[in-house]
Amino acid sequence: MAKVKGDILIDIEKCKGCELCIDACPQGSLEKSRKVNNKGYLFIVKIEDNCTGCTNCALVCPEGAITVYRKVDKEKKQVAKITNVTSDITVTVNE
Amino acid sequence: MNEKNMIDEERHYSQVIEEESVCTAENIVYEKPSVLLDTPMHYCPGCGHGVAHRLIAEVIEELGIQNETIGVAPVGCSVFAYNYLDIDMTEAAHGRASAVATGIKRVFPDKYVFSYQGDGDLAAIGTGETIHTCNRGENILVVFINNGIYGMTGGQMAPTTLPGMKSTTSPFGRDTQTMGAPIKMTELIANLPGTYYVTRQAVNTPVNVRKAKKAIMNGFKYQTLKKGLSFVEIVSNCPSNWKMTPRDANKWMEDNMFPFYPLGDIKTPNKEN
Ligand code: SF4
Ligand code: SF4
Ligand code: SF4
Repeated sequence: MAKVKGDILIDIEKCKGCELCIDACPQGSLEKSRKVNNKGYLFIVKIEDNCTGCTNCALVCPEGAITVYRKVDKEKKQVAKITNVTSDITVTVNE
Repeated sequence: MNEKNMIDEERHYSQVIEEESVCTAENIVYEKPSVLLDTPMHYCPGCGHGVAHRLIAEVIEELGIQNETIGVAPVGCSVFAYNYLDIDMTEAAHGRASAVATGIKRVFPDKYVFSYQGDGDLAAIGTGETIHTCNRGENILVVFINNGIYGMTGGQMAPTTLPGMKSTTSPFGRDTQTMGAPIKMTELIANLPGTYYVTRQAVNTPVNVRKAKKAIMNGFKYQTLKKGLSFVEIVSNCPSNWKMTPRDANKWMEDNMFPFYPLGDIKTPNKEN
């Protein structure tokens, strides 16, 4: 199974703390911070490392404050296959 | 703590760039469109206007028509729409956006022209302009944001306010005996032969946002066919004047607005003409 890893960046100065992204996130990755931004809003932070990069939070954000990233990690599978063949080969995974 | 340290700490707080981060340019799957400027929007937290603006910007960017598009901003909460969209825009007198858009389209028939109007603008003071623009079948797109209340002026009753809904000018709830029933503008203008595509959407959930984007995309594309007016209503919220949190406002909208203003296409090119 290819591993999907997502992440988001939140522009905390744009965020107005409306919490709509919290409701939209199927993973429950988001929560309100206890800090305020320069406008005085409690902005949003990612509290869990389980984001799948589904873009739901960004779609409902009225401020366009969220950028979503997703990476499908195919290399891991490859590494497992090769090491089964012979133990002499050392495999380095490129970034 | 000086300002720079505070900013650094906040950055850390919002989990910016770690070492094995996937946050690199090639992994971007969703980003704010560049047609939507970085100017902070004046809308209240959670207001649907922000999403609607972003969808229009996304469509313009995807169609590559940034230089070919002219927008008309209304009077109401979205009066400053031209500050947020990186396209040519003009401001119309209250309710007259579709009339102004008509003029622009007739002078520049090959440009993409749209008006962006709220319910007070389009359904109250601009009813006449709206109906006649639709009836003439101008080849423009009208984006109608319906939140059932006058937002900018402080929550007065609009023609679209639901029966029984409280506003500052209907403090005991809208009484349809004395105040009339809400006008369903979208159904009304769908009956006119000049309209080509009429639909009602919302922007409260990711699914609805995707559908609304599709509708706006159609509205822009159909302009090239020159077969009539496209009308996209977006049922939206007004947390401030509904006096609710954005989350509650969206819930209230689902429970009360959607049954009265059902979502979906009302007139599509395949169904009729
Ligand atoms: S991209 Fe999807 S999973 Fe990740 S934070 Fe946003 S809504 Fe949650
Ligand atoms: S939806 Fe956008 S503005 Fe609202 S809390 Fe989330 S990041 Fe902030
Ligand atoms: S008053 Fe209502 S419609 Fe206007 S910006 Fe605020 S929430 Fe949005």
